[in-house]
Amino acid sequence: MVTARGVAGAVADPELPMLTLADLGILREVEEKDGGAVVVTITPTYSGCPAMGTIRADLFAALREAGYADVQVRTLLFPAWTTDWITRDGRRKLAEAGIAPPGTAPVRHGPVPLTLGPAHRRLDCPNCGSGDTEELSRFGATACKSLWRCRACREPFEHLKEL
Amino acid sequence: MSSTEHTELPAYEAPDRNAHGRLDDTGDVYEMLDDAHEALAHAGNAYEALNDGDDPRWAYGTGFADPLAGVDTRVPDGVDGADLAAYCLMLGDDALIMSHRLQEWCTRAPELEEEVALANIALDLLGQARLLLARAGTADGSGRDEDALAFRRDAGEFRNVLLAEVPNGDFAEAMARLLVFATWRLALLERLTGSRDPVLAAVAVKGVKEVAYHRDYAAGWVVRLGDGTSYSRERAVAGLAAVWPLVTELFTPHEVELRLASAGAGADPSALREGFDDVLGQVLTAATLTRPTDTTFTQSSDTTLTRPTDTTFTLPRDTAPGRPAGRSGTHTAALTDLLAEMQSVARAHPDATW
Repeated sequence: MVTARGVAGAVADPELPMLTLADLGILREVEEKDGGAVVVTITPTYSGCPAMGTIRADLFAALREAGYADVQVRTLLFPAWTTDWITRDGRRKLAEAGIAPPGTAPVRHGPVPLTLGPAHRRLDCPNCGSGDTEELSRFGATACKSLWRCRACREPFEHLKEL
Repeated sequence: MSSTEHTELPAYEAPDRNAHGRLDDTGDVYEMLDDAHEALAHAGNAYEALNDGDDPRWAYGTGFADPLAGVDTRVPDGVDGADLAAYCLMLGDDALIMSHRLQEWCTRAPELEEEVALANIALDLLGQARLLLARAGTADGSGRDEDALAFRRDAGEFRNVLLAEVPNGDFAEAMARLLVFATWRLALLERLTGSRDPVLAAVAVKGVKEVAYHRDYAAGWVVRLGDGTSYSRERAVAGLAAVWPLVTELFTPHEVELRLASAGAGADPSALREGFDDVLGQVLTAATLTRPTDTTFTQSSDTTLTRPTDTTFTLPRDTAPGRPAGRSGTHTAALTDLLAEMQSVARAHPDATW
Protein backbone atom coordinates (compact mmCIF):
# COMPACT_ATOMS: atom_id res chain seq x y z
CA MET A 1 0.00 0.00 0.00
CA VAL A 2 1.28 3.45 -0.88
CA THR A 3 1.56 5.76 2.12
CA ALA A 4 2.64 9.38 2.16
CA ARG A 5 5.36 8.44 4.64
CA GLY A 6 6.62 5.73 2.30
CA VAL A 7 6.73 8.12 -0.66
CA ALA A 8 8.38 10.96 1.28
CA GLY A 9 10.85 8.62 2.97
CA ALA A 10 11.97 7.17 -0.37
CA VAL A 11 12.98 10.57 -1.82
CA ALA A 12 16.75 10.63 -2.39
CA ASP A 13 18.94 13.23 -0.73
CA PRO A 14 20.31 15.52 -3.49
CA GLU A 15 23.84 15.68 -2.07
CA LEU A 16 24.08 12.08 -0.86
CA PRO A 17 21.90 10.38 -3.48
CA MET A 18 22.69 6.91 -2.15
CA LEU A 19 20.64 7.83 0.93
CA THR A 20 16.90 8.39 1.16
CA LEU A 21 15.51 11.12 3.41
CA ALA A 22 14.42 8.33 5.78
CA ASP A 23 17.99 6.92 5.85
CA LEU A 24 19.37 10.38 6.57
CA GLY A 25 16.94 10.92 9.45
CA ILE A 26 15.77 14.38 8.40
CA LEU A 27 12.13 13.35 7.90
CA ARG A 28 10.59 14.13 11.28
CA GLU A 29 6.89 13.65 10.64
CA VAL A 30 4.50 12.83 7.81
CA GLU A 31 0.88 13.48 8.65
CA GLU A 32 -1.98 12.41 6.39
CA LYS A 33 -5.09 14.43 7.20
CA ASP A 34 -8.65 13.20 6.71
CA GLY A 35 -9.22 15.32 3.60
CA GLY A 36 -6.15 13.80 1.93
CA ALA A 37 -3.79 16.70 2.71
CA VAL A 38 -0.23 15.75 3.65
CA VAL A 39 2.00 17.71 6.00
CA VAL A 40 5.68 16.73 5.86
CA THR A 41 8.08 18.01 8.52
CA ILE A 42 11.80 18.04 7.77
CA THR A 43 14.80 19.33 9.69
CA PRO A 44 17.94 20.82 8.11
CA THR A 45 21.27 19.05 8.52
CA TYR A 46 23.43 22.20 8.54
CA SER A 47 22.16 25.81 8.87
CA GLY A 48 23.54 26.63 5.44
CA CYS A 49 22.61 23.36 3.75
CA PRO A 50 21.96 24.46 0.14
CA ALA A 51 19.93 21.31 -0.51
CA MET A 52 16.93 22.27 1.63
CA GLY A 53 15.12 24.03 -1.23
CA THR A 54 15.76 21.09 -3.55
CA ILE A 55 14.63 18.58 -0.92
CA ARG A 56 11.40 20.54 -0.44
CA ALA A 57 10.79 20.62 -4.20
CA ASP A 58 11.61 16.89 -4.52
CA LEU A 59 9.10 16.09 -1.78
CA PHE A 60 6.36 18.10 -3.51
CA ALA A 61 7.11 16.41 -6.83
CA ALA A 62 7.21 12.85 -5.43
CA LEU A 63 4.04 13.23 -3.41
CA ARG A 64 2.13 14.86 -6.29
CA GLU A 65 3.19 12.03 -8.57
CA ALA A 66 1.87 9.55 -6.00
CA GLY A 67 -1.50 11.30 -6.10
CA TYR A 68 -1.28 13.65 -3.13
CA ALA A 69 -2.48 17.01 -4.44
CA ASP A 70 -2.41 18.99 -1.22
CA VAL A 71 1.12 18.94 0.22
CA GLN A 72 2.74 21.18 2.81
CA VAL A 73 6.39 20.95 3.82
CA ARG A 74 7.35 22.39 7.19
CA THR A 75 10.77 23.03 8.69
CA LEU A 76 11.49 21.97 12.26
CA LEU A 77 14.63 23.52 13.75
CA PHE A 78 14.50 21.82 17.12
CA PRO A 79 15.61 19.27 18.14
CA ALA A 80 18.60 19.85 15.86
CA TRP A 81 19.55 17.07 13.46
CA THR A 82 22.45 14.88 14.49
CA THR A 83 24.33 12.27 12.48
CA ASP A 84 23.13 9.78 15.14
CA TRP A 85 19.78 9.84 13.30
CA ILE A 86 21.28 8.24 10.18
CA THR A 87 19.85 4.72 10.14
CA ARG A 88 21.87 1.51 10.21
CA ASP A 89 20.85 0.95 6.60
CA GLY A 90 22.00 4.46 5.73
CA ARG A 91 25.41 3.84 7.30
CA ARG A 92 25.81 0.66 5.26
CA LYS A 93 24.91 2.52 2.03
CA LEU A 94 27.43 5.28 2.81
CA ALA A 95 30.21 2.75 3.37
CA GLU A 96 29.29 0.96 0.15
CA ALA A 97 29.58 4.27 -1.71
CA GLY A 98 33.08 4.80 -0.30
CA ILE A 99 32.08 7.33 2.38
CA ALA A 100 33.15 6.43 5.91
CA PRO A 101 30.00 6.71 8.05
CA PRO A 102 29.95 8.90 11.17
CA GLY A 103 30.69 7.57 14.64
CA THR A 104 28.58 8.55 17.63
CA ALA A 105 28.16 12.31 17.88
CA PRO A 106 29.73 13.81 21.01
CA VAL A 107 27.30 14.56 23.84
CA ARG A 108 28.33 17.77 25.56
CA HIS A 109 27.41 19.41 28.81
CA GLY A 110 28.88 22.86 29.27
CA PRO A 111 31.28 24.68 26.98
CA VAL A 112 32.62 22.89 23.92
CA PRO A 113 36.26 21.94 24.63
CA LEU A 114 38.91 23.15 22.20
CA THR A 115 40.47 20.45 20.02
CA LEU A 116 43.97 21.25 18.83
CA GLY A 117 45.79 19.11 16.30
CA PRO A 118 44.50 16.36 14.02
CA ALA A 119 41.38 14.34 14.72
CA HIS A 120 41.99 11.80 17.44
CA ARG A 121 39.45 9.34 16.14
CA ARG A 122 40.51 6.45 13.95
CA LEU A 123 38.59 5.57 10.83
CA ASP A 124 38.69 2.40 8.81
CA CYS A 125 39.22 2.89 5.08
CA PRO A 126 35.91 2.19 3.27
CA ASN A 127 37.86 0.84 0.28
CA CYS A 128 40.28 -1.68 1.80
CA GLY A 129 39.28 -1.76 5.47
CA SER A 130 42.69 -0.72 6.78
CA GLY A 131 42.78 1.36 9.94
CA ASP A 132 45.95 3.13 8.77
CA THR A 133 44.22 6.35 7.69
CA GLU A 134 44.71 10.07 8.24
CA GLU A 135 42.56 13.19 8.06
CA LEU A 136 43.54 15.58 5.26
CA SER A 137 41.02 18.32 5.90
CA ARG A 138 38.09 18.66 8.25
CA PHE A 139 36.09 20.30 5.45
CA GLY A 140 35.14 18.65 2.16
CA ALA A 141 33.03 18.95 -0.96
CA THR A 142 29.85 19.39 1.06
CA ALA A 143 29.28 20.89 4.50
CA CYS A 144 28.80 17.45 6.05
CA LYS A 145 31.99 15.72 4.92
CA SER A 146 35.71 15.74 5.72
CA LEU A 147 38.58 14.50 3.55
CA TRP A 148 40.71 11.48 4.50
CA ARG A 149 43.43 9.32 2.99
CA CYS A 150 44.27 5.65 3.46
CA ARG A 151 47.99 4.99 3.88
CA ALA A 152 47.54 1.30 3.02
CA CYS A 153 45.68 1.42 -0.33
CA ARG A 154 46.56 5.08 -1.02
CA GLU A 155 42.96 5.95 -1.88
CA PRO A 156 41.51 9.23 -0.67
CA PHE A 157 38.02 8.96 0.81
CA GLU A 158 35.34 11.08 2.42
CA HIS A 159 33.93 10.84 5.92
CA LEU A 160 30.56 12.07 7.07
CA LYS A 161 31.48 14.20 10.08
CA GLU A 162 29.86 13.59 13.42
CA LEU A 163 27.45 16.43 14.16
CA MET B 1 44.09 13.64 -43.98
CA SER B 2 41.31 14.17 -46.51
CA SER B 3 37.72 14.03 -45.44
CA THR B 4 37.06 10.80 -47.33
CA GLU B 5 39.65 8.83 -45.42
CA HIS B 6 38.08 8.98 -41.99
CA THR B 7 38.63 6.01 -39.81
CA GLU B 8 35.79 4.37 -38.02
CA LEU B 9 36.16 4.74 -34.28
CA PRO B 10 35.82 1.64 -32.16
CA ALA B 11 32.58 1.40 -30.22
CA TYR B 12 32.82 2.79 -26.73
CA GLU B 13 33.32 0.15 -24.09
CA ALA B 14 32.77 0.97 -20.47
CA PRO B 15 36.00 0.47 -18.51
CA ASP B 16 36.08 -2.44 -16.07
CA ARG B 17 35.56 -1.70 -12.46
CA ASN B 18 38.73 -1.29 -10.52
CA ALA B 19 39.50 -3.42 -7.47
CA HIS B 20 37.22 -1.27 -5.32
CA GLY B 21 34.25 -1.26 -7.63
CA ARG B 22 34.36 2.52 -7.93
CA LEU B 23 32.79 2.62 -11.38
CA ASP B 24 29.52 1.11 -10.18
CA ASP B 25 27.43 4.00 -11.33
CA THR B 26 28.95 4.55 -14.78
CA GLY B 27 25.73 3.41 -16.38
CA ASP B 28 23.74 5.93 -14.41
CA VAL B 29 25.81 8.81 -15.72
CA TYR B 30 25.03 7.84 -19.31
CA GLU B 31 21.38 7.39 -18.47
CA MET B 32 21.39 10.86 -16.97
CA LEU B 33 22.99 12.29 -20.10
CA ASP B 34 20.39 10.56 -22.25
CA ASP B 35 17.63 12.03 -20.11
CA ALA B 36 19.18 15.47 -20.37
CA HIS B 37 19.48 15.23 -24.16
CA GLU B 38 15.90 14.09 -24.41
CA ALA B 39 14.75 17.01 -22.29
CA LEU B 40 16.74 19.43 -24.45
CA ALA B 41 15.34 18.00 -27.68
CA HIS B 42 11.86 18.30 -26.24
CA ALA B 43 12.26 21.87 -25.03
CA GLY B 44 13.96 23.25 -28.14
CA ASN B 45 16.80 25.06 -26.41
CA ALA B 46 18.76 25.00 -23.22
CA TYR B 47 17.07 28.02 -21.68
CA GLU B 48 13.60 26.61 -22.17
CA ALA B 49 14.78 23.32 -20.67
CA LEU B 50 16.04 25.15 -17.62
CA ASN B 51 12.79 26.98 -17.18
CA ASP B 52 10.54 24.07 -18.05
CA GLY B 53 7.38 24.41 -16.01
CA ASP B 54 7.24 25.68 -12.45
CA ASP B 55 9.72 23.18 -11.14
CA PRO B 56 12.03 25.18 -8.87
CA ARG B 57 14.76 22.56 -9.31
CA TRP B 58 15.86 23.97 -12.66
CA ALA B 59 19.39 24.57 -11.46
CA TYR B 60 21.11 22.98 -8.53
CA GLY B 61 21.15 24.96 -5.33
CA THR B 62 18.35 27.31 -6.22
CA GLY B 63 14.70 27.15 -5.33
CA PHE B 64 15.47 28.89 -2.05
CA ALA B 65 12.43 29.19 0.08
CA ASP B 66 11.88 30.96 3.36
CA PRO B 67 14.41 29.33 5.71
CA LEU B 68 11.79 29.51 8.47
CA ALA B 69 9.00 27.96 6.37
CA GLY B 70 6.44 26.44 8.71
CA VAL B 71 8.32 27.41 11.89
CA ASP B 72 6.25 28.90 14.74
CA THR B 73 7.56 32.48 14.84
CA ARG B 74 5.40 33.93 17.62
CA VAL B 75 7.40 36.15 19.99
CA PRO B 76 7.38 34.70 23.55
CA ASP B 77 5.67 36.63 26.39
CA GLY B 78 7.91 39.09 28.17
CA VAL B 79 10.17 39.59 25.14
CA ASP B 80 9.88 42.83 23.17
CA GLY B 81 9.44 42.05 19.46
CA ALA B 82 11.36 45.12 18.27
CA ASP B 83 14.27 44.35 20.61
CA LEU B 84 14.32 40.72 19.53
CA ALA B 85 14.36 41.81 15.88
CA ALA B 86 17.21 44.27 16.51
CA TYR B 87 19.15 41.55 18.33
CA CYS B 88 18.67 38.97 15.57
CA LEU B 89 19.81 41.61 13.09
CA MET B 90 23.05 42.09 15.07
CA LEU B 91 23.82 38.37 15.16
CA GLY B 92 22.63 37.85 11.59
CA ASP B 93 24.73 40.76 10.28
CA ASP B 94 27.83 39.42 12.07
CA ALA B 95 27.36 36.11 10.26
CA LEU B 96 26.46 37.64 6.88
CA ILE B 97 29.36 40.10 6.71
CA MET B 98 31.93 37.67 8.11
CA SER B 99 30.68 35.11 5.59
CA HIS B 100 31.23 37.60 2.77
CA ARG B 101 34.82 38.29 3.85
CA LEU B 102 35.48 34.52 3.98
CA GLN B 103 33.90 34.07 0.54
CA GLU B 104 36.43 36.58 -0.79
CA TRP B 105 39.07 33.90 -0.17
CA CYS B 106 37.61 31.78 -2.98
CA THR B 107 40.35 31.38 -5.64
CA ARG B 108 42.81 33.17 -3.32
CA ALA B 109 43.55 30.63 -0.59
CA PRO B 110 47.07 29.18 -0.37
CA GLU B 111 45.91 25.58 -0.92
CA LEU B 112 42.81 23.87 -2.24
CA GLU B 113 42.00 22.28 1.14
CA GLU B 114 42.04 25.70 2.82
CA GLU B 115 39.87 27.18 0.11
CA VAL B 116 37.33 24.40 0.62
CA ALA B 117 37.47 24.88 4.38
CA LEU B 118 36.98 28.66 4.18
CA ALA B 119 34.08 28.27 1.74
CA ASN B 120 32.41 25.72 4.02
CA ILE B 121 32.77 27.99 7.03
CA ALA B 122 31.36 30.88 4.99
CA LEU B 123 28.42 28.68 3.98
CA ASP B 124 27.64 27.72 7.59
CA LEU B 125 27.66 31.41 8.56
CA LEU B 126 25.50 32.32 5.58
CA GLY B 127 22.98 29.71 6.72
CA GLN B 128 22.97 31.17 10.21
CA ALA B 129 22.55 34.66 8.73
CA ARG B 130 19.54 33.57 6.66
CA LEU B 131 17.77 32.12 9.69
CA LEU B 132 18.57 35.11 11.89
CA LEU B 133 17.56 37.74 9.32
CA ALA B 134 14.35 35.86 8.61
CA ARG B 135 13.73 35.75 12.38
CA ALA B 136 14.31 39.53 12.60
CA GLY B 137 11.68 40.10 9.92
CA THR B 138 9.08 38.01 11.76
CA ALA B 139 9.88 39.29 15.28
CA ASP B 140 9.25 42.98 14.54
CA GLY B 141 6.12 42.23 12.52
CA SER B 142 7.56 44.11 9.51
CA GLY B 143 7.48 40.95 7.41
CA ARG B 144 10.74 41.98 5.71
CA ASP B 145 12.31 38.83 4.31
CA GLU B 146 15.96 37.85 4.35
CA ASP B 147 16.59 39.39 0.92
CA ALA B 148 15.08 42.74 1.91
CA LEU B 149 17.31 42.82 4.98
CA ALA B 150 20.50 41.59 3.31
CA PHE B 151 20.25 43.52 0.06
CA ARG B 152 18.18 46.62 0.68
CA ARG B 153 19.77 48.20 3.74
CA ASP B 154 22.58 50.78 3.70
CA ALA B 155 25.75 50.53 5.78
CA GLY B 156 24.35 52.68 8.60
CA GLU B 157 21.52 50.18 9.12
CA PHE B 158 23.87 47.23 9.58
CA ARG B 159 24.58 46.13 13.16
CA ASN B 160 27.58 43.82 12.77
CA VAL B 161 30.77 44.19 14.82
CA LEU B 162 33.69 45.84 13.03
CA LEU B 163 35.75 42.62 13.26
CA ALA B 164 33.48 41.11 10.63
CA GLU B 165 33.75 43.95 8.09
CA VAL B 166 37.39 45.09 7.94
CA PRO B 167 39.11 44.16 4.67
CA ASN B 168 40.97 40.88 4.39
CA GLY B 169 44.70 40.81 5.07
CA ASP B 170 46.92 37.79 4.50
CA PHE B 171 46.16 34.18 5.44
CA ALA B 172 47.70 34.46 8.91
CA GLU B 173 45.50 37.47 9.63
CA ALA B 174 42.48 35.57 8.34
CA MET B 175 43.23 32.74 10.79
CA ALA B 176 43.73 35.15 13.71
CA ARG B 177 40.49 36.90 12.85
CA LEU B 178 38.53 33.65 12.44
CA LEU B 179 39.91 32.36 15.74
CA VAL B 180 38.76 35.51 17.55
CA PHE B 181 35.39 35.59 15.76
CA ALA B 182 34.59 31.88 16.20
CA THR B 183 35.71 31.75 19.84
CA TRP B 184 33.51 34.74 20.67
CA ARG B 185 30.55 33.54 18.62
CA LEU B 186 30.73 30.01 20.02
CA ALA B 187 30.66 31.38 23.59
CA LEU B 188 27.67 33.55 22.61
CA LEU B 189 25.75 30.76 20.87
CA GLU B 190 26.34 28.43 23.83
CA ARG B 191 24.50 30.94 26.03
CA LEU B 192 21.73 31.40 23.49
CA THR B 193 20.89 27.68 23.46
CA GLY B 194 18.89 28.56 26.60
CA SER B 195 17.15 31.58 25.02
CA ARG B 196 13.47 32.04 25.80
CA ASP B 197 12.93 32.61 22.09
CA PRO B 198 12.62 29.08 20.71
CA VAL B 199 13.73 30.12 17.21
CA LEU B 200 16.90 31.80 18.50
CA ALA B 201 17.58 28.81 20.77
CA ALA B 202 17.20 26.38 17.86
CA VAL B 203 19.51 28.44 15.62
CA ALA B 204 22.03 28.52 18.47
CA VAL B 205 21.93 24.75 19.13
CA LYS B 206 22.81 24.06 15.51
CA GLY B 207 25.26 26.96 15.33
CA VAL B 208 27.24 25.68 18.32
CA LYS B 209 28.03 22.43 16.49
CA GLU B 210 29.11 24.29 13.36
CA VAL B 211 31.15 27.06 14.96
CA ALA B 212 33.00 24.50 17.12
CA TYR B 213 34.49 23.16 13.87
CA HIS B 214 35.34 26.72 12.72
CA ARG B 215 37.16 27.49 15.96
CA ASP B 216 39.17 24.27 15.90
CA TYR B 217 40.16 24.93 12.30
CA ALA B 218 41.42 28.46 12.97
CA ALA B 219 43.08 27.42 16.23
CA GLY B 220 44.97 24.66 14.42
CA TRP B 221 46.34 27.14 11.90
CA VAL B 222 47.31 29.76 14.51
CA VAL B 223 49.30 27.05 16.32
CA ARG B 224 50.89 25.81 13.09
CA LEU B 225 51.88 29.32 12.00
CA GLY B 226 52.91 30.62 15.43
CA ASP B 227 54.99 27.55 16.28
CA GLY B 228 56.26 27.13 12.71
CA THR B 229 59.08 28.84 10.85
CA SER B 230 60.39 32.27 11.82
CA TYR B 231 58.56 33.71 8.81
CA SER B 232 55.21 32.07 9.57
CA ARG B 233 55.58 33.20 13.17
CA GLU B 234 56.21 36.77 12.04
CA ARG B 235 52.99 36.69 10.01
CA ALA B 236 51.02 35.15 12.86
CA VAL B 237 52.21 37.83 15.28
CA ALA B 238 51.33 40.57 12.77
CA GLY B 239 47.93 39.01 12.06
CA LEU B 240 47.03 38.83 15.72
CA ALA B 241 48.21 42.41 16.26
CA ALA B 242 46.04 43.58 13.36
CA VAL B 243 42.80 42.10 14.68
CA TRP B 244 43.34 42.70 18.39
CA PRO B 245 42.19 46.38 18.41
CA LEU B 246 38.78 45.00 17.32
CA VAL B 247 38.44 42.62 20.28
CA THR B 248 37.20 45.08 22.92
CA GLU B 249 34.10 45.92 20.90
CA LEU B 250 32.98 42.27 20.94
CA PHE B 251 32.46 42.40 24.70
CA THR B 252 30.99 45.92 24.95
CA PRO B 253 27.24 45.56 25.40
CA HIS B 254 24.65 47.55 23.49
CA GLU B 255 21.48 48.44 25.39
CA VAL B 256 19.42 46.08 23.21
CA GLU B 257 21.71 43.20 24.19
CA LEU B 258 21.35 44.08 27.88
CA ARG B 259 17.54 44.27 27.64
CA LEU B 260 17.34 40.96 25.81
CA ALA B 261 19.67 39.39 28.39
CA SER B 262 17.38 40.56 31.23
CA ALA B 263 14.38 39.17 29.38
CA GLY B 264 16.11 35.77 29.20
CA ALA B 265 16.29 35.81 25.42
CA GLY B 266 19.79 37.19 24.79
CA ALA B 267 23.27 37.21 26.34
CA ASP B 268 25.30 40.06 27.86
CA PRO B 269 28.53 40.01 25.78
CA SER B 270 30.64 41.26 28.70
CA ALA B 271 29.94 37.93 30.43
CA LEU B 272 31.64 36.06 27.58
CA ARG B 273 35.08 37.55 28.06
CA GLU B 274 36.37 35.08 30.65
CA GLY B 275 35.61 32.01 28.54
CA PHE B 276 37.06 33.74 25.48
CA ASP B 277 40.32 34.56 27.30
CA ASP B 278 40.57 30.98 28.53
CA VAL B 279 40.31 29.49 25.03
CA LEU B 280 42.61 32.10 23.46
CA GLY B 281 45.09 31.42 26.26
CA GLN B 282 45.17 27.71 25.39
CA VAL B 283 45.69 28.41 21.69
CA LEU B 284 48.32 31.10 22.14
CA THR B 285 50.28 28.98 24.62
CA ALA B 286 50.34 26.08 22.16
CA ALA B 287 51.32 28.54 19.41
CA THR B 288 54.09 30.05 21.60
CA LEU B 289 52.52 33.48 20.97
CA THR B 290 51.89 36.32 23.40
CA ARG B 291 48.47 37.85 23.80
CA PRO B 292 48.43 41.46 22.56
CA THR B 293 47.31 44.20 24.92
CA ASP B 294 43.69 45.37 24.71
CA THR B 295 43.13 48.76 23.16
CA THR B 296 39.98 50.80 23.00
CA PHE B 297 39.42 52.83 19.92
CA THR B 298 35.95 54.19 20.52
CA GLN B 299 36.75 56.80 23.11
CA SER B 300 38.51 59.89 21.94
CA SER B 301 40.55 60.00 18.77
CA ASP B 302 40.58 58.31 15.38
CA THR B 303 42.71 55.19 15.35
CA THR B 304 44.55 54.11 12.27
CA LEU B 305 44.95 50.38 12.12
CA THR B 306 48.16 49.10 10.59
CA ARG B 307 47.85 45.86 8.70
CA PRO B 308 50.39 43.21 7.76
CA THR B 309 49.54 43.90 4.14
CA ASP B 310 50.10 47.44 2.94
CA THR B 311 46.58 48.67 3.68
CA THR B 312 45.71 50.90 6.60
CA PHE B 313 42.33 52.32 7.45
CA THR B 314 40.74 54.49 10.03
CA LEU B 315 38.42 53.09 12.64
CA PRO B 316 35.37 55.22 13.32
CA ARG B 317 35.37 57.49 16.33
CA ASP B 318 32.23 56.85 18.28
CA THR B 319 30.40 59.85 19.64
CA ALA B 320 29.39 58.02 22.80
CA PRO B 321 32.40 56.60 24.66
CA GLY B 322 32.12 52.92 25.56
CA ARG B 323 29.32 52.28 23.08
CA PRO B 324 29.95 49.51 20.60
CA ALA B 325 30.44 51.09 17.18
CA GLY B 326 29.07 48.44 14.83
CA ARG B 327 26.07 47.59 17.01
CA SER B 328 25.12 51.30 16.93
CA GLY B 329 25.41 51.49 13.14
CA THR B 330 28.82 53.22 13.01
CA HIS B 331 31.05 51.45 10.52
CA THR B 332 34.28 51.75 8.55
CA ALA B 333 34.23 52.79 4.90
CA ALA B 334 35.09 49.17 4.14
CA LEU B 335 31.50 48.09 4.87
CA THR B 336 30.15 50.49 2.25
CA ASP B 337 32.50 48.99 -0.33
CA LEU B 338 31.58 45.46 0.71
CA LEU B 339 27.85 46.18 0.42
CA ALA B 340 28.28 47.84 -2.97
CA GLU B 341 29.56 44.53 -4.25
CA MET B 342 27.31 42.19 -2.27
CA GLN B 343 24.11 44.09 -3.08
CA SER B 344 24.82 45.11 -6.67
CA VAL B 345 22.85 42.38 -8.44
CA ALA B 346 19.86 42.55 -6.09
CA ARG B 347 19.72 46.35 -6.38
CA ALA B 348 20.11 46.35 -10.17
CA HIS B 349 17.25 43.85 -10.53
CA PRO B 350 14.95 44.59 -7.60
CA ASP B 351 12.15 42.28 -8.72
CA ALA B 352 14.30 39.36 -9.80
CA THR B 353 13.77 35.96 -8.23
CA TRP B 354 16.32 33.19 -8.09
